[in-house]
Amino acid sequence: MTNEKSTDKLGEQPTHTGTEQTSPSVGSEPAAKSGNLLTKYGDARKKRIDELAELSVAESGAIEESPGVSLWASAWSRLRRNPVFLIGAGITLIFLIVALTAQWIAPKDPGIGYLIEQVRPQSNPVPGPEPGFPLGADDRGRDLLSRLIVGSQQTLIVGVLATLGGFTGGLILGTLAGAFGGWVDSLVMRAVDVMLSIPSLVLALSISALASRPSVWTLIIAIAVVQVPIFARLLRGSMLAQRSSDHVLAARALGIKRSAIVLRHMLPNSLGPVIVQATLALAVAIIDAAALSFLGLGNPDTRVPEWGQMLGQSQQYIYDHPQLAFYPAACIIVVALGFTLMGESIREALDPKTRR
Amino acid sequence: MLRYIVRRIGQLIGVAIVLSMLLFFWLRSLPGGPVNALLGERATPEMRANLERVLGLDQPLYMQYWAYIKRILNGEFGNSTSVLPGTDAMTVFLARFPATIELSFFAVTIAVAIAIPLGYVAARKRASLLDNTSIIVSLVGIAVPVFFLAFLLKYYFAIKLGWFPVSGRQANLGCTRVTNFFVLDGILTREWDCTASALKHLILPSLALSSIPFAVIFRITRASVLDVVNEDYVRTAEAKGLTKQVIRGRHILRNAMLPVLTIIGLQIGALLAGAVLTEKVFAFPGIGEALALSFSARDYAVLQILILMAAIVFVVVNLLVDIGYAVVDPRVRTR
Repeated sequence: MTNEKSTDKLGEQPTHTGTEQTSPSVGSEPAAKSGNLLTKYGDARKKRIDELAELSVAESGAIEESPGVSLWASAWSRLRRNPVFLIGAGITLIFLIVALTAQWIAPKDPGIGYLIEQVRPQSNPVPGPEPGFPLGADDRGRDLLSRLIVGSQQTLIVGVLATLGGFTGGLILGTLAGAFGGWVDSLVMRAVDVMLSIPSLVLALSISALASRPSVWTLIIAIAVVQVPIFARLLRGSMLAQRSSDHVLAARALGIKRSAIVLRHMLPNSLGPVIVQATLALAVAIIDAAALSFLGLGNPDTRVPEWGQMLGQSQQYIYDHPQLAFYPAACIIVVALGFTLMGESIREALDPKTRR
Repeated sequence: MLRYIVRRIGQLIGVAIVLSMLLFFWLRSLPGGPVNALLGERATPEMRANLERVLGLDQPLYMQYWAYIKRILNGEFGNSTSVLPGTDAMTVFLARFPATIELSFFAVTIAVAIAIPLGYVAARKRASLLDNTSIIVSLVGIAVPVFFLAFLLKYYFAIKLGWFPVSGRQANLGCTRVTNFFVLDGILTREWDCTASALKHLILPSLALSSIPFAVIFRITRASVLDVVNEDYVRTAEAKGLTKQVIRGRHILRNAMLPVLTIIGLQIGALLAGAVLTEKVFAFPGIGEALALSFSARDYAVLQILILMAAIVFVVVNLLVDIGYAVVDPRVRTR
């Protein structure tokens, strides 16, 4: 990153001048003893330079202590001590570990109805907790705890794929708009405006309406499309800021190809805010998946559990057996909160306004 | 100023045209095509042929698009198939729109009334207990799925405690209808029990719906006040010895409100998305519930007009906000 390099140099320079300037001033000390005005003046000047050098050495030492050199490094130094970030990152990490090792952690198979014998549609639609089934079972006699644990996997997949899809779409549109400007920019941005003008859930609904049968893929595509305009706008904004910056001007003056300028000089430098947005978008994607499942657009195949689907399908029992809704809802809230806390604190740490 | 408004209206027309094209192609690419979509699967071949001729599906694409635009401009969206069978889709929309406006109005009012004062105080007492608590509350507000919050409110306050009605818009009191805004109707006709009933039905849904706007407005207010507090003119005002009230009202809040205004406009779109979920939980007969109903029943005539109107309302509200913004802040006009 160019930004990082330039600040690096600035940080180093004083140290160099400091060491160079101290040695000659030590050597010229006898000259000061002669007492003539010129040398006195020279001596005073050298002394002053020494002081400055010491000062700058001291200063650079202070800088070293908090490596506020690059934007990301200084952000990290503040994030390390930020409890909000640590909580968010902790939740995210636990979620990732559970999702990746779900098969081994889950005590039972989430797809098998162990307690199906106890399910009575009229009197006892949802078997309660019993030994081996700490949270009870769902309406098909499947172990709720195992479904929650394994559900983290599908939830993560839906969230990540939807965000990745939105990210890629936004990346293409935003790069087009930000790199070319002019009429391409206007055209792309009008299209983005239209997408933004349709309320997110309505857009997701109308996209899933195009599929003849809802599945996990219509869910992912619908959420991804909703995210596209947000990423596109964000990326275009930071690309435009890059366009008029000095290093792009320098690259252009050197006669570097346009595609190389866009891909190597502008894009990497504008990705920062977009990546942070991706963390936040992941939380939104998980919540949106739950909302779409609630509206009957989720994956109808319940053998592979997903939290949003579990929450969406619990509505018919919500008044008599609220635990069916509470557990997946709690999981969604905690994980969404984790991603939001992490994303927000990174964004705040990267914001030059809050840098201190 | 006039030029700015004209330019913005030009943009609005552009958005409307692109939107109509998208809807046109959306309708064509629905499973089974528009004829099946509008007639349902049990239509006879004669009905199909008839509708195809009426819709002009035998004509070239641009002619079809033109005919589609003409029908939209005439307000002909076809008849509802399941939400209110046989009724014109436009009528369905008009009958249900006031309910959603009422609900959104109360939700935004609740959100603004709590979020702006809280955002101001949190910013002035930065890193205090109040600041940290309200930040956490606002983050949780974003993380909780709206429909789950609606369920919680309904479960505790309507079903367990019985303080509020479980669903609907008003008890059956035989109220006189004037504007179809039930709260307003009751006031106009002095049927106070009607107003009271409508308000009681509104409290829980609007609380649920206000959670996200509250969180967003609170955070923007806080950030914006933090920005403004450090401005030179605030220091100048303090140095001049102005009273705290004058500095707060004239220097800080007036300047800090500009981004808040924009975000409130942008929240209207999110509000409609939330309304689909809240209205469904509380069986509140607004356009959100109609949207959920028309979707699950594949009532494309109603679905189409709801999507179109939702987008238009959103764009118009944002246009009004932007014009208001330009009136307040002259710098915006030149951008």
